[in-house]
Amino acid sequence: MTRGNRIRYVYKPFVALLALLPLSLLIWNFLHHNLSVNPLDDITDETGTWTLRFLILTLAMTPFRHLTGWTTVVLFRRMFGLFAFFYGTLHLFTYLYLDKFFEWADIVEDIGKRPFITAGMTAFLLMFPLAATSFDRMIRWMGGKRWKMLHRLAYGAGIAGVIHYLWLVKADTSRPLTYGAILLFLFGVRIYVFLKPRLVRRSPYPSKEIPTS
Amino acid sequence: MLIKRGNDIPSSEITPEHIYVHRRAFLRAAAAAGIAVALREAFPESLRAQDRWPQGKRGPYDTDEKPNTYKEITTYNNFYEFGTDKGDPAKNSSLFKTKPWTVRIEGELKRPATYALEDLLKGKTIEDRIYRFRCVEGWSMVIPWRGFQLSELIKQVEPTSRAKYIAFETVYRPEEMMGQRRPYLTWPYVEGLRMDEAMHPLTLLVTGLYGKDLPNQNGAPLRLIVPWKYGFKGIKSIVKIRFVEKEPPTTWNLATPDEYGFYSNVNPDVDHPRWSQKTERRIGEFLKRKTLMFNGYAEQVAHLYAGMDLRKYF
Repeated sequence: MTRGNRIRYVYKPFVALLALLPLSLLIWNFLHHNLSVNPLDDITDETGTWTLRFLILTLAMTPFRHLTGWTTVVLFRRMFGLFAFFYGTLHLFTYLYLDKFFEWADIVEDIGKRPFITAGMTAFLLMFPLAATSFDRMIRWMGGKRWKMLHRLAYGAGIAGVIHYLWLVKADTSRPLTYGAILLFLFGVRIYVFLKPRLVRRSPYPSKEIPTS
Repeated sequence: MLIKRGNDIPSSEITPEHIYVHRRAFLRAAAAAGIAVALREAFPESLRAQDRWPQGKRGPYDTDEKPNTYKEITTYNNFYEFGTDKGDPAKNSSLFKTKPWTVRIEGELKRPATYALEDLLKGKTIEDRIYRFRCVEGWSMVIPWRGFQLSELIKQVEPTSRAKYIAFETVYRPEEMMGQRRPYLTWPYVEGLRMDEAMHPLTLLVTGLYGKDLPNQNGAPLRLIVPWKYGFKGIKSIVKIRFVEKEPPTTWNLATPDEYGFYSNVNPDVDHPRWSQKTERRIGEFLKRKTLMFNGYAEQVAHLYAGMDLRKYF
């Protein structure tokens, strides 16, 4: 098997199965009454947490390549991004259904009134165009440069996701702040990679005027 | 020539004759005991207590709604001293020591004193009360508490006329309460009531639930229950009660003053700034219920707040 085929037919399906593990566990635990006595809340929490984790994993791929030089990981970026969207959709659905029972007037009021809902909805809306333009034909049709510009929205989604989490906790902000710190670190790597060549090219020694006599 | 003999079998290892003779019966008995232990494990006393629990309303203060199960009540609650997840208190509180326990009663009263819990309970009318419980997070339960009216204790210790409020304090033991090692709230936890709220017959000092001693995770050995207020007003593991002239500080108000007020009465019309309080999910139910004014106790307590702007005094 060629390397390309191995990635396509072995590694990618394997990673996809792994990515479905949190959902499978959630369903298993729900059916076996292993969740808390408020399982609907657990479902909301778990799907939300995994959305953020996959979003951060997606955003980590490029910095990871820069730091390690291991380029293969980037081949999994799109899959992780789509899983972030997948868990995000489930999370949104649990809110619309289990929390609000599709009371649309209530939902609209909620989005406007509650900052953490506003932030969560923003994160979802930022992910939506990325998922919609994630296939190869779209990249060719849009042109790589424009596509790349659009997909920078993923950073926005990550930030909105962390803010959503931060604004919903009652007192203990350690978990959302940890995700925020990881995100900040990833931005730091990207900024460093962006600035480095520009800094190196500049000569470290300022040219001195040689006095002419 | 000295022939070394091994030691005799110590008498402690010789099976007594009466057991030897009845060894089959002994084995049967041991097996039966094993099964009994296994059964006890599978159906703990608490569960049997729950099954024996008489259905329905018995006293004037009881709700006739179906109580939540013992498991629901004891595995899902907030007690930040043992961690911030609602499963944490049950997981992390097993090493918490509630014996011996003393309660200091001080401030504006005739005879400040420190009481052993047993002495504090002496002469009190211990009763079971089935109350609704509404958490500020939007979930609720029905819980058969066991306890006595706080008013009984107040009358006993005779506060002075300067006592307008009553302040409570939770034990501070970071070595046993891992949550107290982290400063997400200021420790120890403190709460308070206005004197008329404290004297109200619905207000209980609780020592048990489902007719049994309070489990550690639910605030053993002594906690407060004020059923028309959000659950966090029900301070747990109380070691100090202080009669004071001015409104005492309360922990959640100190943490986030614009979200948690001193009164914290259940009120569907005053939203928490970050979420609605109009509805609640009763644990064990799928659909949400409408939250009732004063958690359904309006008839008994609304007069305490007559003329007060409940948006301002939330």
